[in-house]
Amino acid sequence: MDFGLSEEQLLLQQTIDRFLEAECPSTRLHEIFDGDEAVDGSLWRGMIELGLGGLTIPEPYGGAGLGLIDLALASETLGRRAAPGPFLGHALAGVAIALGGNEEQRERWLPSLATGRCLATVALAEAGGRWDPARWQARVQGGRVTGGKAWVPCAHAADLLVVGVEGGGLALVERTAAGVEIAAVDGVDRTRRLDDVTLENAPCDVLERSRDVGGRVRDAGLCLVAADAFGGATRCIEMAVDHANTREQFGVTIGHFQAIKHRLATMSVEVEPSRALFWYAAHAWDAVPEDRQRAASLAKAHITDRFMQTARDAVEIHGGMGFTWEGDMQIWLKRAMFDRMFLGSPAAHRERVARVSGW
Amino acid sequence: MDLGFSEEHEAFREEVRRFLADGWPLKGEEANLKRRAQAALFRKRAIERGYLARAIPKAYGGSERPSDPLRATIIASEFARVHAPRDPGAPISQLIATLASHGTEQQKKKFLPPTITGEMVWCQGYSEPGAGSDLASLRTKAELVGDEWVINGQKIWTTAAGVAHMIYLLCRTDPDAPKHKGMSYLLVDLNQPGIEVRPLKEMNGDAHFNEVFFDDARTPADYIVGRPGEGWIVSRSTLAHERNAVGASVAVRVQFERLVELARTSERNGRPAIEDPIIRDRLAELDGYVTSHEYSGYRQLTMDVRGEKRGAIGMMNKLVSTEIGHRVAKLAFDLAGEAGLRAPLGDRKPKGDPDWMTQYMMSLGLSIAGGTSDIQRNIIGERGLGLPRDFVAQKGAR
Ligand SMILES: Cc1cc2nc3c(=O)[nH]c(=O)nc-3n(C[C@H](O)[C@H](O)[C@H](O)COP(=O)(O)OP(=O)(O)OC[C@H]3O[C@@H](n4cnc5c(N)ncnc54)[C@H](O)[C@@H]3O)c2cc1C
Repeated sequence: MDFGLSEEQLLLQQTIDRFLEAECPSTRLHEIFDGDEAVDGSLWRGMIELGLGGLTIPEPYGGAGLGLIDLALASETLGRRAAPGPFLGHALAGVAIALGGNEEQRERWLPSLATGRCLATVALAEAGGRWDPARWQARVQGGRVTGGKAWVPCAHAADLLVVGVEGGGLALVERTAAGVEIAAVDGVDRTRRLDDVTLENAPCDVLERSRDVGGRVRDAGLCLVAADAFGGATRCIEMAVDHANTREQFGVTIGHFQAIKHRLATMSVEVEPSRALFWYAAHAWDAVPEDRQRAASLAKAHITDRFMQTARDAVEIHGGMGFTWEGDMQIWLKRAMFDRMFLGSPAAHRERVARVSGW
Repeated sequence: MDLGFSEEHEAFREEVRRFLADGWPLKGEEANLKRRAQAALFRKRAIERGYLARAIPKAYGGSERPSDPLRATIIASEFARVHAPRDPGAPISQLIATLASHGTEQQKKKFLPPTITGEMVWCQGYSEPGAGSDLASLRTKAELVGDEWVINGQKIWTTAAGVAHMIYLLCRTDPDAPKHKGMSYLLVDLNQPGIEVRPLKEMNGDAHFNEVFFDDARTPADYIVGRPGEGWIVSRSTLAHERNAVGASVAVRVQFERLVELARTSERNGRPAIEDPIIRDRLAELDGYVTSHEYSGYRQLTMDVRGEKRGAIGMMNKLVSTEIGHRVAKLAFDLAGEAGLRAPLGDRKPKGDPDWMTQYMMSLGLSIAGGTSDIQRNIIGERGLGLPRDFVAQKGAR
């Protein structure tokens, strides 16, 4: 039994964290949050240089050949720093092509995903809450795809879209192809911009081995979002602890008040144990196929719920400052709102847990 | 026990309804006036009829009616029903109470009439960067120089300072006195060179609150309410006379009804969300809180009518309503489902419809504004339940 991280995994997290601390401090984060660009070029290039473009891409295609657990650990650190950018969609696209592509498709796309030459994303959901692959309706006919895809991360900046299609399969569509229309969503979380995509007879390349891969990609997404939420929640607690240790009222730092101490302790008790839940979910995705669905949905529902409440508590501990746009807390609260709803609500995932558990 | 109103009060309700049927919204030419002017005109008429400013003597523009919480409740609910302007709410209501109880003859004559009609708008200058929950540690200072107070310092989170004419200010006038005894309550014109108002953007994209900087700002010596050093006590005034516990709980009920409507019109698993057992359970649980709060309002009203003290329950209303506000907003967020990923803020916010995403954020702001939830719990524990004061806070506050 060894349910702990390796030296390499710890180093990976540390490297990403230091990079973001240096390259995306609060001021920069706010600039990007308030700015018009969905993708900050230099920050994304930096992430690519750290290898974030190809962590799970097999080594022959230029990636690091790591597992989903490693990708999830990266996602945790990015969530911790509320890192803006296209990581989520790009990482899932890599997972999708590696799983579902034939030799030629992998050869063609994976190396340029790993080097970041090609920015990719996944178009899974459709309007009306259809996150579930069984409910996708985009239709492929004669090498062309038609349908509407919703909530696509950074679609307008991407070169390649991995599109979920009827039957739960996946197809590749180049963003500049004829019949691809993209409309920006005025999203709550401006660190991860979303677009709606309309495909009208757009030329596509169906991932050959992707017939049941859509569901696995979605489950990988659940693990990554859960990890992001865990990272965000732990950071909210840290920021609130820092604030409690510096903000003085009534002549003492507010951390002296048991109300604050207990609230922080409760936040921590709510969040910290769930670190093991997202680890397990990502590990199950890699190694325990029979528990993949249950663990992924459980982690996503449980941790994103904890993140919302934790972010809210952290805002309260920051007082008036927490309620401002200038403050940092609002960014984490909005990340929490995103994580909670993206890829399906906690309620929907709890339903799925009950179903796949055979209750 | 009888939840009905007496015949006398029902007749009064009829009278109010008839007044409103003709009186609001304004018609003809009057409907073209600016919003604030319309509200002022309407309030003047309502005051003439004795429906608004009931606690304020006629000499200061009020309608001077005997304390009658039941009539006040009828007025509040009938006016709310047709969205007619009511007495100015917080924080202006606090200023009105302070002026009415502690203002000089001259101050009352000058300020009360335009304030109760809403023509003169005020903001509340209490909080400072270093003084929020611990308000008594505030440092903005005022010194009497000749026949003027000269003010230096900074206020923050000042709601509506950008649109207000005047600010009422708690500031330090005696740095050597114990904290609570060295403050004064000043009335200050915002429109002067010594004052700069800088808007602060809230997390929901609005910019209602502000920083207010005082750099040798001035106000006449006699614009002080109460004596120097009495600021703390003066600022605690309320118009106990017409406290209305029902108004707030009516607002909570209205919010809940909107939530039920949202549940009817949202979908879950391809069916109206309101048919989903989980949603039904959550709605009904929430209804338990809302209905408790609503009837608790009537119970408190009765206590007022009988001249009884409200006790601990009277200290709970803010926390109860902000907790309900949070639960309502959270369920709304869940009902909105994926639409919660979309949240146009600021100018791009949709007009009209209840906007649940900003509501979710606002419910958080309300639990901080006007005394945080922790501070409410301290008050309930210490004053309501008779527990000792927090040792640390007590030591630190000296
Ligand atoms: C939307 C909004 C509108 C506002 N409008 C106005 C306005 O018009 N005018 C005005 O003057 N102010 C206004 N305020 C300011 C508001 O009154 C303060 O934000 C509030 O009193 C808290 O002060 P603070 O922000 O300094 O937080 P702090 O006092 O620093 O509190 C930080 C945290 O410590 C906790 N805490 C502090 N002391 C204790 C204690 N003794 N025991 C336990 N916990 C404690 C608090 O609960 C909070 O969680 C507004 C605030 C908001 C959010």
